[in-house]
Amino acid sequence: MWAFINKLRSPKWFYAISAKLQPFFWVAATLLLLVGTVWGLVFAPADYQQGNSFRIIYVHVPAAFLAQSIFVSMAVSGLVFMVWKIKVADMAATVMAPLGAAMTFVALFSGAVWGVPTWGTWWMWDARLTSMLILLFLYLGVIALRGAFSSRDSGSRAASVLAMVGVINIPIIKYSVDWWYTLHQPATFTITGRAAMTMDMWAPLLIMVLGFYSFFIALTLMRTRSEILRREANKRWVRELAEETN
Amino acid sequence: MHAPQGGLMVAIKATLKRDLTLMLRRRGEVLNPLVFFALVITLFPIGISPDPELLASIAPGLLWVAALLAALLSLDSLFRSDYDDGSLEQLLLAPQPLAALGLAKVAVHWLLTGLPLALMAPLLGIMLSLPAGSYAVLALSLALGTASLSLIGAIGAALTVGLARGGVLLSLLVLPLYIPVLIFGAGAVQAAIFGDGIAAHLAILGALLALALMLAPWAIAASLRISING
Amino acid sequence: MAFSSLNEFFAMGGHAVYVWAAWGVTALLMLVIVWHARQERRQLLHTVKRRVRREHAQRQSSPHAQPLQEPVTSAQKDVHHDA
Repeated sequence: MWAFINKLRSPKWFYAISAKLQPFFWVAATLLLLVGTVWGLVFAPADYQQGNSFRIIYVHVPAAFLAQSIFVSMAVSGLVFMVWKIKVADMAATVMAPLGAAMTFVALFSGAVWGVPTWGTWWMWDARLTSMLILLFLYLGVIALRGAFSSRDSGSRAASVLAMVGVINIPIIKYSVDWWYTLHQPATFTITGRAAMTMDMWAPLLIMVLGFYSFFIALTLMRTRSEILRREANKRWVRELAEETN
Repeated sequence: MHAPQGGLMVAIKATLKRDLTLMLRRRGEVLNPLVFFALVITLFPIGISPDPELLASIAPGLLWVAALLAALLSLDSLFRSDYDDGSLEQLLLAPQPLAALGLAKVAVHWLLTGLPLALMAPLLGIMLSLPAGSYAVLALSLALGTASLSLIGAIGAALTVGLARGGVLLSLLVLPLYIPVLIFGAGAVQAAIFGDGIAAHLAILGALLALALMLAPWAIAASLRISING
Repeated sequence: MAFSSLNEFFAMGGHAVYVWAAWGVTALLMLVIVWHARQERRQLLHTVKRRVRREHAQRQSSPHAQPLQEPVTSAQKDVHHDA
């Protein structure tokens, strides 16, 4: 394992190995998202209570899962960067943040839109949406902090600390918001909190979740590679690589 | 002339004494958050409605949010003047653990901002027709809560102390992290009004403070190093 | 199949606006993200290539000159210097 960590110290090595991994994840993402979309939109049954608006679940839930997972990944990458001084980890954290924020936005938007036929209102301060909104602010904070420093290394370390502080807070925030919501709205049901979803309803959901995760990995690999090119542009291997491309 | 004494407790006491003295000299910095607190509370009846019943129903939240914002505003004074005159750099060079010395600074900050806010809040509660039986809980929840807010806020202050316009960024960083404290703090006061659950809310506030006491000093120290060395 | 006709599919039982708004924004955003990532990569490679060519040209015109050592700037950000 230490050999692996030491290899990670070389952006060039990561660039080479990610070139081999990338296509697999893009193919996986495309296939899973296609299958999941068709299954969820066309074949899955409509919900008994919510009708066809229920199909929003197939983008809302994967986006929400990703929004939280990406923040955790970002924090772990930050930790790896701070502890082992691996630059690639910081590069990955840098590119993860905007995608995480975008997924949080998707979760918020789809959740709000779903609320219109369900609750009759464009915004509802329910536990899930409120937690998502706070998560969006956390993402924006990390992105803003990284960019506020004139030294890239300082920005990276500050963003890593903030991400780690944030990740500890996320379960606390979630628990607090859940508590707060049940205190004020004891009798409502959450959009997705259903006891029984039939198999033909949650199978496409699982496929969409896997598709979104594959998308995340594929995109992160791609953008980390670009970040490597950006930061290592002085190095000979990058210059040779650029010359080789058309 | 005797040799300087080392030792952790000596350093902590020295830091406490220094910060207390300095802050008490800058009386404006101590009073400003209190005046801000009162002003913000004044804005709400003007902006919403002077109806005592309405105000009473939202008083716990208003008091807590206004106090929280006042605490946020006071964070700037935590490290900035020390950063500007170089004494923060000296603190980093001290042989004693930075986490402990940082904690001492935060303790002084809480003593001179958070605690006064907590003690003043019942007065403002009267102005918002806060129902009887919740005043003690108001002060207690704020005392406990502002301690956590000082600790969490200090992390943000340490991260942004070296930045040109760090103030706005500080708010963006720190406010999301404040939300759990707000929920249980305001919740405690509301529980006092409706009769039950006070102990649970206060216990959670205590737990949040314990967690902050354990983890924040390290984050503060790491953040100070980043800001100074960057 | 949950729908018996294409029209029914688009109508989504009256919830068309909501379903298509949510799905549409999601799909659009993801496509834009991918497009931007590819554009970013293309731009970076182009910038590095251009710089390499410029340095070759300089070296040819003045054989004793040292090549410049500046990092690549991205479209919007300030120049960052690696430690």
